[in-house]
Amino acid sequence: MDLENQARIKKFAEELGAENLVVILGGAEAEAAGLAAETVSAGDPTYAGPLAGVSLGLAVYHVVEDEIKSECDAAVYEEQIGMMEMVLDVDAIKAEVSSIRKQYSKF
Amino acid sequence: MLNGKKVAILGDRDGIPGGAIEAVVATAGAEVVFSTTECFV
Repeated sequence: MDLENQARIKKFAEELGAENLVVILGGAEAEAAGLAAETVSAGDPTYAGPLAGVSLGLAVYHVVEDEIKSECDAAVYEEQIGMMEMVLDVDAIKAEVSSIRKQYSKF
Repeated sequence: MLNGKKVAILGDRDGIPGGAIEAVVATAGAEVVFSTTECFV
């Protein structure tokens, strides 16, 4: 995950309160999405960025997960996400991100 | 779950870009505080 974005997420979590912040991912691949999810919940697994050793425990979801999709307007969702949803390996992404969330998210 | 929450969006140029995620989570009542589209190339 981009080091500047790690710094921004850390700042927002500190300013707004980690319990009030939800991170939504749009990553194309399960592995990359899982790494981003791990970074904002358990800390940077590559130990390269500002979140190295910092377990924010943020709630993190991929936008294709049912928890997010079910709360959004269906027509807008179809228009904005529908095409990519058909192309991406949605099942793998859901499995990876939800697994990370269950292990590391505190909220 | 999203209604009234602050949301940070990490979109992906090769997946779902930040702008598209902003549009859908806004319909759920979330407040977007940060949105970006990362490029992994």
